[in-house]
Amino acid sequence: MSARVTLATAGRVLRQLRRDRRTLALVLLVPPLLLTLLKYVFYGQEETFKRVGPPLVGIFPFVTMFLVSSIAMLRERTAGTLERLMSLPLAKLDLLVGYGLAFALIAALQGTLAAAVGFGLLGLDSAGPIWLVVVLAVANAVLGMALGLFLSAFARTEFQAVQFMPAFVLPQFLLAGLLVPRDEMARVLELVSGVMPMTYAYDALARATADDLGRRLALDALVIAGFTVLALVLGATTLRRRTP
Amino acid sequence: MSTGELAVSIHDLRVRRGGHLVLPGILLEIRRGIVTGLLGPSGSGKTTLMRSIVGVQIVESGEVTVLGAPAGSRELRRLVGYVTQAPSVYGDLTVRENLHYFARVLDAPDARIDEAIRTVALGGQTSQVVGTLSGGERSRVSLATALLGRPQLLVLDEPTVGLDPVLRRDLWTTFHDIAAGGTTLLVSSHVMDEAERCDDLILLREGRIVATGAPDELRSRTHADDLEEAFLVLAQAS
Repeated sequence: MSARVTLATAGRVLRQLRRDRRTLALVLLVPPLLLTLLKYVFYGQEETFKRVGPPLVGIFPFVTMFLVSSIAMLRERTAGTLERLMSLPLAKLDLLVGYGLAFALIAALQGTLAAAVGFGLLGLDSAGPIWLVVVLAVANAVLGMALGLFLSAFARTEFQAVQFMPAFVLPQFLLAGLLVPRDEMARVLELVSGVMPMTYAYDALARATADDLGRRLALDALVIAGFTVLALVLGATTLRRRTP
Repeated sequence: MSTGELAVSIHDLRVRRGGHLVLPGILLEIRRGIVTGLLGPSGSGKTTLMRSIVGVQIVESGEVTVLGAPAGSRELRRLVGYVTQAPSVYGDLTVRENLHYFARVLDAPDARIDEAIRTVALGGQTSQVVGTLSGGERSRVSLATALLGRPQLLVLDEPTVGLDPVLRRDLWTTFHDIAAGGTTLLVSSHVMDEAERCDDLILLREGRIVATGAPDELRSRTHADDLEEAFLVLAQAS
């Protein structure tokens, strides 16, 4: 691995995103707008909004970066740039970590903006430190990105890659414990949710916003990091120097 | 011929793609420091052979040695430049941004970027987004990218398709200039008039090498007036 190549890759990915202003605007503005929408959906049920709102600030980046990264990597494959990179002196991790750095930066902006609007304007509150919500948002973004990069290897077209969102992300969202506490689910679903990355992402956010900053939160963070590393390693195995 | 004079030596290369035996057993040597043309109709296996030399192709069996090392070795990634037929550059970056990124990956100094841009005559389009360029311009960006690392072997898959005749002639001059600097070039084409511009030729048909040799040599061997005719004679004899 080389810091030069990793940073150059991160810079290149950011430059590509900067040129795509519409995507950038969607990535940054959709989370605050959805939070606002949610506030008025739960107009008569302020309590519900205050319960689901704070964790959502940290969940949005997971979903966005999953989608953006899987499409970005798919494009590298179909445009032949991945094949070119694989024939150059570039380590697979240079590419993956380069993507990770670029998306982490975007996620930091996205998380900060969503937190500012949510906690500042929409009346959400967190018993724990708000910066921790933003940090978790970034960690979740990197996790979502790593999963997106890995899964994109199984999509041939952008249509397929987009379908991975409802196929892989939506079930995780439904089972993470946000909508229904996990211990109130059917036993089998509770067990299934135990192996899903977003469950830990949600649990960490729920604890952070409840100021429950103990060992369970540390454990959640560790599991998030573990899933991220696992997805990156699996992602690296899908980058082939030689192809059929 | 000693291995020192050879850029590429291939022994009994067999490649299967999609269940089909594309290259049923190639035996080939490519000399250093010259422009070798790989000629053959579409579907004859040119790209597969080139991919095998670059080391990005999964091969069934055989030995491919490039610059003294097995094709695809780590140390070759700096020494071999490969330009695919479809331009593999980032459509949403400018010409200069593309070259800048690949220069960083290759650890090439920034001066090479301007040099490469001059070589492919894209000086007027450096700050244009690649996606807005014409097909020919895009393939020149792809070519410029491969020149950044000053490779010892440059493998170019149909680099002149769709280019205007003046630019095509200029590019062939450039290829010879690059070769004069000691770089070996392997250039594929399905246009016979380009064969004339090569120092050495490999004629490929249905995955088999029909003939190799300098253009003059092939013409005199077949008593043909032009290479098109020579190719026909050689193809029928094989």
